Amino acid sequence: MSNIITAEDLCLWYGRTQALRQISIAIPENSITALIGPSGCGKSTFLKTLNRMNDLVPGVKISGSVRYEDTDIFAPSMDVNLLRREIGMVFQKPNPFPMSIYDNIAYGPRTHGIKNKAKLDDIVERSLRGAAIWDEVKDRLRKNALGLSGGQQQRLCIARALAVEPKVLLMDEPTSALDPISTSKIEELAAQLKESYTIVIVTHNMQQAVRISDYTAFFLLGELVEFGETEKLFSQPECQKTEDYITGRFG
Amino acid sequence: MGSDSISAKRKFHIGAMGLLIALSVALTCGLTLFLIGYILASGLPHVTWEFLTTSPSILFGRIGILPDIMNTIHIIMATLLVVLPLGVGAAVYLTEYASNQRLVAVIEYAAETLSGIPSIIYGLVGMLVFTGIFGTSLLAGALTLVIMNLPTIMRTTQESLKTVPQSYREGAFGLGAGKWRTIRTVVLPGCMDGILTGCILTVGRILGESAALLFTAGAAHKLFGLFDGLVNQGATLTVALYFYAKESGEFDVAFAIAAILMLLTVAINFTAALVGWWFKKRRSL
Repeated sequence: MSNIITAEDLCLWYGRTQALRQISIAIPENSITALIGPSGCGKSTFLKTLNRMNDLVPGVKISGSVRYEDTDIFAPSMDVNLLRREIGMVFQKPNPFPMSIYDNIAYGPRTHGIKNKAKLDDIVERSLRGAAIWDEVKDRLRKNALGLSGGQQQRLCIARALAVEPKVLLMDEPTSALDPISTSKIEELAAQLKESYTIVIVTHNMQQAVRISDYTAFFLLGELVEFGETEKLFSQPECQKTEDYITGRFG
Repeated sequence: MGSDSISAKRKFHIGAMGLLIALSVALTCGLTLFLIGYILASGLPHVTWEFLTTSPSILFGRIGILPDIMNTIHIIMATLLVVLPLGVGAAVYLTEYASNQRLVAVIEYAAETLSGIPSIIYGLVGMLVFTGIFGTSLLAGALTLVIMNLPTIMRTTQESLKTVPQSYREGAFGLGAGKWRTIRTVVLPGCMDGILTGCILTVGRILGESAALLFTAGAAHKLFGLFDGLVNQGATLTVALYFYAKESGEFDVAFAIAAILMLLTVAINFTAALVGWWFKKRRSL
């Protein structure tokens, strides 16, 4: 299996505080990689670096390299908008736009120049089916998306991300604001999506990491402590710190 | 004994306080209602169809305020046409693009100050600058009002830009929308209510403005076409009110205009409330 994203010696500072310390990791294609670790360990920061959402934060400084397929994502020639089209993102809190369900899904494709009505209709249906929410919303595509429940909104946001046909989906604690039933739906969905996408998911919930991920990366204080197959990392961790964390000695 | 006298004292205090409050309420309401009633009673009887739809004519001994109405509309349109893109653009720049927060704070403070300056000062500056270029004209008046209302439009837009959740912006950026597309399709539609409210406030201010226009727009009561009107002199309703009352002693006309202005103000405030209510309803959907 080949690696789709490779980071080497990645360091990141917010002003003077160093948030990431020499992260080197290779994320395998068509798999789910979970990033775990206590709050403030840098896992979300690392995730947001992969599609350069950190650019929005003033005072960010980055060294080292991240390669997506074979391109350096920090290269001056890199078109950030194209990068984010390839590497989509689902946020912690569902954030549908205050417009209709249809327009939410069509937003990305329209942004990238698709205007044909039939084509958009097709993309909207395909994306909503892909995010397992089509049956629930097909009769109210023109209704405001803010009228959906939290779990539905989050699946809508996943559908919205799928609509631009990304290769990678970054998920930043996508179930932390949801109830258990919605959470399990999203988890099922993630398991299906890895057939065609690569998923990197930040989670606070170690059971979730065990349930859905193929690989797990354990972050602590801005460092990548251990990275490997989920089963192995949770059953025979190599580092003492990892063991302490997954057995609940600190959190 | 002692406690009895204290309670009597307290009773007196409460009674006196109540009386004072009732008195001030009565005075406030009474004065307002009297003013409204007086203006409507002295003005409305003189508002006739002919009065509203003709130009003044010495030949026929007739006073009509159609030109003044048209001038007012002209000035409002011209001002909004310039001030809206400028003010909204400045607000978007300051809120979404500007990175030097200290400079932004200075500009915001300057805008606050500018919006508190007496309008006659704007008139003076407008006279020196705009009438110097365009002559005394509706255009010079409108441009003066642009400067006067720019801070209001800018600040109301800015405040409402700040209420658009950051998560909307992130969502759009995450889909590969550039900055400008994000602003145009997600941020600006989210703050339409603020922009509209600023707009309505501005219309109200233009309607009530006289000092700045006395300096810059002149006092003609002649009917012009849609576009040549701007380069000519002309009085808006408020300015016309001043001239009819002060120069020609036509108090009936002045009161008639006053009544019309008052009704328009009520209508504008009502519209502003309606817009606010409508957007609130739509948002809570």
